[in-house]
Amino acid sequence: MDFSDSPEEATFRSDARSWLDANATLRDGSEKAQDHFMARDAEEVARARDWQARKAEAGWAGLTWPRAFGGRDATPIEQVIWNQEEGRYAVPPNAFLIGIGLVGPTVMIHGTEAQKAAVLPRALTGEDIWCQLFSEPAAGSDLAGIRTRARRDGDDWVISGQKVWTSGAHYSSHGILLARTDPQVPKHKGLTMFLVDMSDPAIETRPIRQISGGASFNEVFIDDLRVPDSARLGGESEGWKVALTTLMNERFSISVGRASGGARAEELIALATRVERNGRPAIEDGEVRSRIADFVARQRGLEFTSYRVMTSLSRGEAPGEESSIGKLLLGKLRQEMGAFGMELAGTAAGISVKAGDDAARWRNEYLTAPGNRIAGGSDEIQRTIIGERILGLPPDIRLDKSAPFSEL
Amino acid sequence: MNFGFSEEQDTIRETLARMLGDHATLKSAHNRLDGADGFDTATWSALADGGWLGLAISEAEGGAGMGAVELAILAEEIGRSLAAVPYLPALCMAVPALQSAGTQDQRTSLLPGIAKGRTIIATALAEGGGLAPDTVSAKVVQDRLSGQKAPVTFGAEATHALVAATDEEGTPRLYLADLSASGVTIGALDPIDRTRSAARIDFDNAPVELLPGSDPAAIRRLLDGAAVLAAFEQIGLAERALVLTTAYAGERHAFGRPIGGFQAVKHRLADMFAKIELARSNAFFGAWALASGDSRLPEAAAVARLTALDAVQFTTEESIQLHGGIGFTWAADPHLFLRRGWQLKAELGPADMWRERLLGHLATPLRAVS
Repeated sequence: MDFSDSPEEATFRSDARSWLDANATLRDGSEKAQDHFMARDAEEVARARDWQARKAEAGWAGLTWPRAFGGRDATPIEQVIWNQEEGRYAVPPNAFLIGIGLVGPTVMIHGTEAQKAAVLPRALTGEDIWCQLFSEPAAGSDLAGIRTRARRDGDDWVISGQKVWTSGAHYSSHGILLARTDPQVPKHKGLTMFLVDMSDPAIETRPIRQISGGASFNEVFIDDLRVPDSARLGGESEGWKVALTTLMNERFSISVGRASGGARAEELIALATRVERNGRPAIEDGEVRSRIADFVARQRGLEFTSYRVMTSLSRGEAPGEESSIGKLLLGKLRQEMGAFGMELAGTAAGISVKAGDDAARWRNEYLTAPGNRIAGGSDEIQRTIIGERILGLPPDIRLDKSAPFSEL
Repeated sequence: MNFGFSEEQDTIRETLARMLGDHATLKSAHNRLDGADGFDTATWSALADGGWLGLAISEAEGGAGMGAVELAILAEEIGRSLAAVPYLPALCMAVPALQSAGTQDQRTSLLPGIAKGRTIIATALAEGGGLAPDTVSAKVVQDRLSGQKAPVTFGAEATHALVAATDEEGTPRLYLADLSASGVTIGALDPIDRTRSAARIDFDNAPVELLPGSDPAAIRRLLDGAAVLAAFEQIGLAERALVLTTAYAGERHAFGRPIGGFQAVKHRLADMFAKIELARSNAFFGAWALASGDSRLPEAAAVARLTALDAVQFTTEESIQLHGGIGFTWAADPHLFLRRGWQLKAELGPADMWRERLLGHLATPLRAVS
């Protein structure tokens, strides 16, 4: 049990810091709080790409990738150290989480040599930006129920269907797409994965506006997209296996990413010091103090939970039972903190007077938090996973597991 | 960074779990619930024989010379077994107090006996519903103590007690009392956890000895350390309650299938699990801060305590609920865990006290409101 850097970790941290010092500017607090960690528009994408290329050239991109693929063979803890250090500098938001965190590792395991050569170097440098074309209007939590069809046509495949909730599709150059190739078998068995070019005119991307007002995800319409068989990632009808690799890496990326997205509980102290309740500073109110202390305790718990996950990963073990709770607890905590921030703002709750004021800040926190509770496996799915895979409880009744998809 | 246990520590846990599993059974807890005996002497002797009572006492003073992390492992396993033994007041509070604030003579005369289980030392910080150093009305004048301390866990079984009282200048300090001395009267209390002894001790001009290094800050540090280790005990007991309830949900059938297959039950059990693991993460940080003497110990102790209190209360209440009618019966196991949970809450102070402690020890500390 040691919370400090090991000598190797300390060296890594100081190397990272030296490079960052020479190549970026420390945040000085004047920057607007960054309420998004994916790029939003063309301007941000261009800046993100430039930063990624510089990191790649200096060997600071794709840290946990093997050296053979241009990475650094870094441990998960080193990745976190990098994230901590990079987070101290004013750098552009990231547009490469999916390419480097999800698609790269999936291609390394399931891709052909030609696919590895085509995908990996360009993902690493940020030349290509990837999105994940998995969820559909009728298949979210129940991902294996997707309906997008890929049909053989000579040496090609022709793909038609609709994807949804695709983060970053509007600025992505490529996508990893799960499609149904055989509806005559049970739903998990007839799927195949493809790598597609988002600039193909057969693909149309329409941004979706979220309740927070932003539009970081999209609907994607695919109308007779023709791809060669060489675009197939993994075996025919082995798409579920490939998808599980991607999803496992998604969980890994989340666990080494920001331990607790969103506001720090301490920011509520600053707010409670500025506003009044019952004629006194709100921070002198017993209920306010009590709520804030509990938020701090829960947020610390999530931070330390991510350290436990990293310890397991660094020992070469699969993340333990603790890895499943972070996502379940984070969304709800953010939602409660956002609501409390709005309550503290009092009569001004929800009414922003000028951009970036308290009301705007906490309203944004409150309106983005529901995304944490839904994306990447909803709270309900997480509870079922914990109940069945960790606690070993009897599975939910599933009526569609063994019937051919075409008969559902 | 390494946020897990070493192989050696894993071995310690397995050995302890086996030993406690043999001695401290739930049946023995039920026997204590129905009888008058709130001290599991068989388990205490087994812990002494195995050398576990001297875990964190130096080798020169008759112990094994290990640290806070090993003590945390012991705490968690004791929590899991519901053993009724004074490890928390004796090993997690009195021993560190003697080590950090006692004289060489005090250490030499007491620590070897504690390691062997012959000396049982209680810790008397509570009185009048509060805890030292904030609430202290017991007074020492010319090495004589007068006042009442309650509750004192295992006060009736202890040979000695570490007592918080004010000195002649009115400053809260720690004193060592021999409970067989004149002027000491011990009475039984009726705690919510009847499986674990608690007493009221009246001191009337009883002879005591000052721990010279003790002051209010030392008493707070002592509470911080105890809160971390108690969090492990709380996690151990909450996890056992979860395991029992999960097993029951897998066996009990209704509407044609095990009730654990229904999401209303399955998801509640998942929430219990999540709260326990969140508390465990905070407890890990606390154990590290305690073992390494890190300055963030007060914050670490408070967050460990707050999340552990929440995990225990939710888990033990819902354990009764998910057992249905049988869970509401005296003969069933769930209430044993609920009772121990409340006892551990009472002994080291309620959540509000720790919330204030947390707010006062953030990177930018918050002043208390007068």
